[in-house]
Amino acid sequence: MTQTAVIVFPASNCDRDAVTALEQITGKTPHRVWHRETELPSDVRFVVVPGGFSYGDYLRSGAIAANSPIMKDIKEKAEKGLPVAGICNGFQILTEAQMLPGALMRNVGQKFVCSVEPLRVANSQTRFTKHFDKDQVIDIPVAHHDGNYFADDETLKAVEGNGQVVFRYADNPNGSRNDIAGIINTQGNVLGMMPHPERAVDARHGGTDGINLFKSILESL
Amino acid sequence: MIAHVYVGLKPGVLDPQGRTIARSLNDLGYDEVQDAKQGKVITLTLADSDPELAKARITEMCDRLLANTVIESYRIEIEGAAEVQAETDPEAES
Repeated sequence: MTQTAVIVFPASNCDRDAVTALEQITGKTPHRVWHRETELPSDVRFVVVPGGFSYGDYLRSGAIAANSPIMKDIKEKAEKGLPVAGICNGFQILTEAQMLPGALMRNVGQKFVCSVEPLRVANSQTRFTKHFDKDQVIDIPVAHHDGNYFADDETLKAVEGNGQVVFRYADNPNGSRNDIAGIINTQGNVLGMMPHPERAVDARHGGTDGINLFKSILESL
Repeated sequence: MIAHVYVGLKPGVLDPQGRTIARSLNDLGYDEVQDAKQGKVITLTLADSDPELAKARITEMCDRLLANTVIESYRIEIEGAAEVQAETDPEAES
């Protein structure tokens, strides 16, 4: 059974959801790793940087967490190929840590958006999306205030050209450029997305479209 | 030593908060307001040192934490120093 880890920052609030999702899919309880740790446990094969409001979103969403001790180790290991998924605040943290291009800005409508959003799978040939079909529409919850994906023209062109866009909003709720909901790095082992796949793994909670994301990455190990 | 760091969105980056502020000022009758940009000021209290060294160190702080240079530019002002000490050049980056 695959050992995974969920990172916990002060004011993370989706870490338990991520633990529950990973436990359900791997059959093994993930490590919960406190942000002050300097090293991931050696048996970890997949890391989730969860959602929440790390450090109260002080300065910028994700900015303080991106500089916490554990992130240094995660960044080094990701460069060597360790798969990492940043969800919501986790996506903000990964962009702030410069593990993914672009930035997440205040939603264009100024409002916190909390809804189930249809997402179109833009690239089904990644380690995170093999269990989806291209252009398949999946329903995944979003809950964020700073989810408006921005990258300058040049970066956006590169991200699109490399097939790094993984999910797009079918009905853009936050003003993200090119309707971008989730991207991967060029190496293909780091994913960031604003929607919450870990909240879509149990039919009793309204849907299970998130399961295939975790299955895809875990089976790729 | 006191230094003020002004951080704001780069030109060309849509600022929904600034736009909302401008619209609200228009609603109050200030029709001359065409646009507004919102930023933040971070005031640092530093151990006294050579202003040039301080400027270099603060620039590093901006690049590493205080600003996200993907979307933001910054300007550093050291109190008592005659001129503005450093400024990111939005032209060079846009």
